[in-house]
Amino acid sequence: MTRPSDLVALTPEGLYCPAGDFHIDPWRPTSTAIITHAHGDHARTGSQHYWGTKVGAPLLGERLPGMTLDTLDYGEVRRFGEARVSLHPAGHILGSAQVRIEVDGRVCVVSGDYKRDPDPTCAPFEVVPCDVFVTEATFALPVYRWPPMEAVVADVIAWWDACAARGVPAVLFCYALGKAQRLLAELARATDRTVHLHGAMLALVERYRELGVAMLPTVPVSDSARGRDFAGELILAPPSAAGSTWMRRFNNASTGFASGWMRIRGNRRRRGYDRGFVVSDHADWPSLIETIRATGAQRVLPTHGNTDALVPYLRELGLDAEPLRTDFGSED
Amino acid sequence: MRRFAELYAELDASTATSAKVEAMATYFAQVPAADAAWAVHVLTGRKLKRLIRSGELRTLAARASGYPEWLVEESYSHVGDLAETIDLLLDAPLEARDELSLSTWIEQRLAPLPSLDEAGRAVRLLAWWSELPHAQRFVLNKLMTGSLRVGVSQRLVVQALARVAGLDTALVAHRLTGDWTPTPAAFRALLDPAGQLAVDVDQPYPFFLASPLEHAVETLGERADWLAEWKWDGIRAQLLKRDGAARLWSRGEERLDGRFPEIEAAAAALPDGVAIDGEILAWRDGAPLPFTALQKRIGRLKPGAKSLADAPVVLLAYDLVEDAGIDIRTSSLQERRARLAQHLATLPAGADAAIQLSPALDGDDWQALARLREASRERGVEGLMLKRLASPYQVGRKRGDWWKWKVEPYTLDAVLIYAQAGHGRRANLFTDYTFAVWDGDALVPVAKAYSGLTDEEIGRLDRWIRAHTLERFGPVRSVEPHHVFELAFEAINASSRHKSGVAVRFPRILRWRTDLSIRDADSLDQLKTLAGG
Repeated sequence: MTRPSDLVALTPEGLYCPAGDFHIDPWRPTSTAIITHAHGDHARTGSQHYWGTKVGAPLLGERLPGMTLDTLDYGEVRRFGEARVSLHPAGHILGSAQVRIEVDGRVCVVSGDYKRDPDPTCAPFEVVPCDVFVTEATFALPVYRWPPMEAVVADVIAWWDACAARGVPAVLFCYALGKAQRLLAELARATDRTVHLHGAMLALVERYRELGVAMLPTVPVSDSARGRDFAGELILAPPSAAGSTWMRRFNNASTGFASGWMRIRGNRRRRGYDRGFVVSDHADWPSLIETIRATGAQRVLPTHGNTDALVPYLRELGLDAEPLRTDFGSED
Repeated sequence: MRRFAELYAELDASTATSAKVEAMATYFAQVPAADAAWAVHVLTGRKLKRLIRSGELRTLAARASGYPEWLVEESYSHVGDLAETIDLLLDAPLEARDELSLSTWIEQRLAPLPSLDEAGRAVRLLAWWSELPHAQRFVLNKLMTGSLRVGVSQRLVVQALARVAGLDTALVAHRLTGDWTPTPAAFRALLDPAGQLAVDVDQPYPFFLASPLEHAVETLGERADWLAEWKWDGIRAQLLKRDGAARLWSRGEERLDGRFPEIEAAAAALPDGVAIDGEILAWRDGAPLPFTALQKRIGRLKPGAKSLADAPVVLLAYDLVEDAGIDIRTSSLQERRARLAQHLATLPAGADAAIQLSPALDGDDWQALARLREASRERGVEGLMLKRLASPYQVGRKRGDWWKWKVEPYTLDAVLIYAQAGHGRRANLFTDYTFAVWDGDALVPVAKAYSGLTDEEIGRLDRWIRAHTLERFGPVRSVEPHHVFELAFEAINASSRHKSGVAVRFPRILRWRTDLSIRDADSLDQLKTLAGG
């Protein structure tokens, strides 16, 4: 259970700040919602008034069409009731933020989703000193350690080349917002070939381009004529397209999945993809521990993910840790 | 080791059996015979002698990684594979060199481990872990923890070997049957192009396996072309009599010698150079005892007088694959049965009780056989076997000539009470379930089941289990009694070894009964009624 000094508490609508009378990423409609980023489990429809980062606004617009949205620059402070609130880069996807709440000199930071690995599509995570840190815990087990991105990019390129040599399409599944654009930006360092996109990714990739992110040239799969041969082409698609009729156009395709979950062999095998690439937009175990220490927080509230391991570990480190049961997902 | 780790990765990455066979064939053709021999050994599921306890490995993993042991445990229960967990917990070296061969690793580095003390093992393991890159370290751990689980069966290994040598798969399968020793000479003998079957005197024949009959029995054609027998619920076995001595092999190619002295004693009266295929059963007064009676015998290396009296066994012989030292598998079943009957007819009194002919059933037409099949349960059998009289004795599961025509299973509705994460493909998913039925107001566990749900259902149930865990006992979680499942099983026997007092055979999940509440689940009394009936 949270305490008044945590500055945030759980209500049926979601994570709530009583001093400022607002919710952060509520899962039910409320009056005021501060949104950390545009993923579906954090940006839900129905609230009256939304706040988000200026740079992330076009992405929130895709998720929450027609809503009332006010924006803040990173670091800009705004008063909500008794609370001074500011948003700081979380390094998760373009426009993603941590929420800093200050009440009477006491500071709580809600991380939202975050990562520490470099990502050319968004501002890097900023360590915000605080007393209370609400941290995500999606990959909070020490078996989750991310390989360097250069190595993963080399693997993807090698797989793409091998598919081309065999004359088959390479279909890479990944989350449509964040992961897809990060891959397109990272691959641009190694090649200039064109990538084909599933329809669900088109608008999001377009928004990223408008926001100045450099990525590989892309073309919608739907632009290709019926019966086109995709041999040797790389296609990006959301995981939901796997096994759908949409896949029939790719003859003998080799399939891959880019996600932190691919670190575990059982996950790779169970999902039935030919290849798993370990790329995550969440913090791995070493990053979680390092970040928690760096904030200087004595009180840590891990949420959504493997809190079972993280909480007792933090207690062994002498921190006051308690799990916070939120409704956020574990997609990556 | 580097080359073997590459092979492992190739096998792991592909789901197509053709690609797996291709990868193994390439490997066998490239590497020295000593390495190939060990690769055959471990890929066919033969294990290395136990090298180190799993608890010791976990302690060392905690030491090497710097994490507390409980966190190593937590990671292991998440990953579902200790070898992989250890590899994932440790950093990979910046520059890795491993030029030692697979055989050197196994024979010179791994084999001495059990003879060292704990400190000696620790020094070696910590050094190896810090030197090896991920892929090799993972495979090394796999070798130390037991089976490889890389989706390769003995059948696929045999196909790969046969391809390399340009030989018939049946021949290679036979050469690989039984106690195969992984030496360079043994590997060369597997591939020997001479085509001679240099059968070892101890070596059994690969078993011919029946397939379940899934279409109407009438589609098999004329009843007269088929042999019908009971489908016995015992242990499939091969009895060899060569050079004056008897050898008994299970279908899993384990030597059973010593466990069933009745059968071995009777075999003394058989002529030399015969191999009989049959079923071992606990047997009294011309009828089988429940499988649980036989189970008590299986575990006993040297059964005492009481155990011999409580559960006397018999070999019900149904086929003869070697006669007068000659492999007669290509002759017809009719011919082989006739020769088998002749041999059994000459057995002296006493011996003829321990080795009997599995009788051919009368039943003039399919309808008559169907009626006999209906009476299977009362006879303590699982149904009928139908074998084409003109068929040769083939290798492995080949459809067409041998069918098992089992009776419909029993079913019961039971409540999910415990769950445990699976292994391999099901690692870090809760897929091993324990089910309970009502005993008054209490739920008592009666069955464990692993299979029967779709991947989608497994995923849904996994999420539910995580959210509704009551208690954790190591890897096992107790969950709120909420979900009811319809289970199928083959038989039910009274058992003093189970808390519920009953044991069910081959339980599996038929369907998830979301329409039932836990109060609708069956009771132990209902189950015991089945056991009595």
